[in-house]
Amino acid sequence: MLGLTPSQTVGPFFSHALTWPDGPVVDEGPDSFWLRGTVFDGEGALVSDALIETWQPDGAGRFNHPGFRGYGRCGTDDHGRWAVRTVLPGVVPAPDGRPQAPHIAVSVFARGLLDRVVTRVYFADSTVEDPVLSALPADRRETLLARRSADGYEFDIRLRGERETVFFAV
Amino acid sequence: MSTAYARDPGGTHPPLASPGYRSTLLRAPSQPPVWLEHSLTEVTGPVLGEGRVLPGDHDLTTQHAGEPLGERIIVHGRVLDSDGRAVPDTLVELWQANAAGRYAHVRDQHPAPLDPHFTGVGRCLTDSAGGYRFVTVKPGAYPWRNHENAWRATHLHFSLFGRAFVQRLVTQMYFPGDPLFGQDPIFLAVPEAARHRMICAFDLSATVPDWALAYRFDIVLRGRDQTPTET
Repeated sequence: MLGLTPSQTVGPFFSHALTWPDGPVVDEGPDSFWLRGTVFDGEGALVSDALIETWQPDGAGRFNHPGFRGYGRCGTDDHGRWAVRTVLPGVVPAPDGRPQAPHIAVSVFARGLLDRVVTRVYFADSTVEDPVLSALPADRRETLLARRSADGYEFDIRLRGERETVFFAV
Repeated sequence: MSTAYARDPGGTHPPLASPGYRSTLLRAPSQPPVWLEHSLTEVTGPVLGEGRVLPGDHDLTTQHAGEPLGERIIVHGRVLDSDGRAVPDTLVELWQANAAGRYAHVRDQHPAPLDPHFTGVGRCLTDSAGGYRFVTVKPGAYPWRNHENAWRATHLHFSLFGRAFVQRLVTQMYFPGDPLFGQDPIFLAVPEAARHRMICAFDLSATVPDWALAYRFDIVLRGRDQTPTET
């Protein structure tokens, strides 16, 4: 076994290197919507130097299907806001074969994060029972639910403190 | 065998709450992370490359009309998984300060000169053996106000994707013998036994005589879980 390379922070000065003009566009077809959110720190201050990355299957639950990148990346702006244009992901099975509710995997990188933190966007209006969500206490489960908005869904990320987003060890 | 990836063994990564690095205080989550079994979402990952890397993106010294100032260096190595297998055709992103210790980034206020011939951003795809190679200039150290007279150890930033969501890694490469190691809390946040994995090695064999020195930096991403599963 080779020793893994340790993680380090992305720092404050990555946006000229890691953001792309088409980074936020996962899919812009007729069924697409904007998934938007704000990133907050432990005092509720806006985090204007974070990088959000998203990973998901297409609407039929297929990863890396030809023509569907599945991956989005967007830096937060001066108001801590990020957005990706995408479609509702299809259902993919849990390791035990049960279905999981539609979800998007999210990585958050920022100054002050020595390793990325990982979370999942679920959709509040989904009716599929989800084994990951059901295993969480109700008040924490709420932090993973994207809510309908005028042009899609809203998903805020609270790195620390009150209503702290659930982050996963993967 | 499981399709899952091996978990990071303890002693690899820096703890998110590392008080010596002040910015962690308000940004590191206070709750322990929730264990997540690997499903298809975690063991798949984006295939990036097509259209992401242009010829010459690996050479940070030829992106402008003139050559950047500084000590020209070659940085090369392999991207492997922890089982020693090459990770071919994967996107490697690099960014760094210029030779004076200043980033070509609008928010960098360090009063050191910008270099009109240096953006400090590079990209490449690994070859079939996991190999990569950049040509750049050695970055300068710079102050960062984390504590009294704080200076970052000289470093390059690397971003890697591997093949799976769980292999994603952002790290920093350091240079051998840097006198700033002992007071850089970002470097020191990594468990001591793993710090050497972030330090490149001087590589005489890869130097180009009369032109550039060279350093080797191998990057190791997570491998597959070797535990047999009962099903």
